[in-house]
Amino acid sequence: MTTAEIEDAILDILSDIAPDEDLSGLKKDIPFRDQLELDSMDFLDIVMELRKRYRIQIPEEEYTELASMSSTVKYLEPRMRDMEQA
Amino acid sequence: MRYDTIIIGAGMSGLAAGIRLAHFDQRVCILERHATIGGLNSFYRRRGRKYDVGLHAITNYAPKGTRHGPLARMLRQLRLAWDELALSPQVGSSIIFPGIELKFCNDFRLFEAEVGKLFPRQKDGFRRLVAELSEYDQLGQSGTRRSAREVVGTYINDPLLAEMIFCPVLFYGGAREHDMDFGQFSIMFRSIFLEGLARPLAGVRLILRKLVRKFKALGGELRLRAGVDRIAVKDGSVEKVVLEDGAELECQRVLSSAGWPETMRLCDDVSPSRGCPAGQLSLVETISVLGVPPRTLGYDRTMVFYNDSEDFHYRRPDEPADLHSGVVCSPNNFAYAQPLDEGVMRITALANYDRWAAMDAESYELAKLRWYDRIVASAVRFIPDFRSSVIETEMFTPITIHRFTGHEKGAVYGAAEKRYDGRTHLKNLFICGTDQGLVGIIGAIISGISIANKHLLRV
Repeated sequence: MTTAEIEDAILDILSDIAPDEDLSGLKKDIPFRDQLELDSMDFLDIVMELRKRYRIQIPEEEYTELASMSSTVKYLEPRMRDMEQA
Repeated sequence: MRYDTIIIGAGMSGLAAGIRLAHFDQRVCILERHATIGGLNSFYRRRGRKYDVGLHAITNYAPKGTRHGPLARMLRQLRLAWDELALSPQVGSSIIFPGIELKFCNDFRLFEAEVGKLFPRQKDGFRRLVAELSEYDQLGQSGTRRSAREVVGTYINDPLLAEMIFCPVLFYGGAREHDMDFGQFSIMFRSIFLEGLARPLAGVRLILRKLVRKFKALGGELRLRAGVDRIAVKDGSVEKVVLEDGAELECQRVLSSAGWPETMRLCDDVSPSRGCPAGQLSLVETISVLGVPPRTLGYDRTMVFYNDSEDFHYRRPDEPADLHSGVVCSPNNFAYAQPLDEGVMRITALANYDRWAAMDAESYELAKLRWYDRIVASAVRFIPDFRSSVIETEMFTPITIHRFTGHEKGAVYGAAEKRYDGRTHLKNLFICGTDQGLVGIIGAIISGISIANKHLLRV
């Protein structure tokens, strides 16, 4: 998957978790927590959705890598580079 | 077929947990003893009319777009959009004691202003109490348990105001007499006064229908009329679940929403003598269908919590029902886009399960008529007398609550002691719902979600 495709995959997960949220203005470098007020339950869901959709296992100590869009993409790139788009 | 998780009970908490687990690809089966779903928050049809059992109002209301708080969290966790629940906020409610009325609505400033006006000396203490309980752990899972009466007493020294605050809080979630844990009090206070009350136009059935559809669309299996006879235990864990019809189901884990004492009694390693006391508090409710909307009779309140003396006694009455206090709810008085078809007045009062259970069929029917009249007569001391507009009456009792919830003694809010962490003596058996410590519709749903997340998803 390309960087843009990984970004779309994350956006798709976020829109699934928060269907009422307008994600078009999401800033890449600002933490999701500050823009969307996601709590720890929601972060667990991002992790679970990645596992469900792409079979990616993220160890608990690395959850912090998923803080913002840019850090998430950076973290996932080496893990998703060789995947076909879902 | 071996299930990942078997859930006992298709109430709000069981359905919510089922959605979470099925969404993340577990094979889930929900077993429901009853012929219908919902548990306490169920509904039924009688003589051509639909009645809700538990639901007066949904607490924890938040307007569309709110990102924090229990309602927003629940919507995100269940992947629901705000509009799907179609909640309409309350119009305005009152707590009425002799000679005094405290009004509140979903804007907390009204309640604060009323306290300031009627209890000017308590104003600061009240504000500090609200500040403390707003900070309190939202899930109520912090370790220390303190008496809510004691904590409130340190901020509010006018007993009348304290009683008026406890009246709605205990009625909407008090599992034991007179007092509750301060953590639970905080959750209840927030859910009623700081967040607020609302209702979908179509009542509880709309929410249940949403949850069941979602659960089934995710591949979840729901079995009705599937009462559990026992949970077979081997080496400290659940081996299988045996149904009343003899069928045996294998699974990795069990999540029970049947209640703590009820679940313990299902486990075949727990001796029946081991004390798991059931709760003692039950309710009766009269339902009056009116030929006119309640507003035309001068009744514009959503809820009225009333009590006929300065002391509020939240305890099991000696008589079948208590005539000193109660809760009036008119489902008409919410801010709907369109009005309900008929006027309805529901009145809830404390009740004694044993007195109702001791009656034979004929005296039970007679008692329902007699206590309907007494309870309504008691309530109209505080609200406009609607009795000449009644076109149909209905009543449910602790026996009805027992039938729908399976809770021993018709204990509406379950056992007196709560199990906040959801664990049991077996490593793969967990509990959710009322006895995990969260009540109300949103509370029950959050309970199912959080126990599923904590113990059943990360495996």
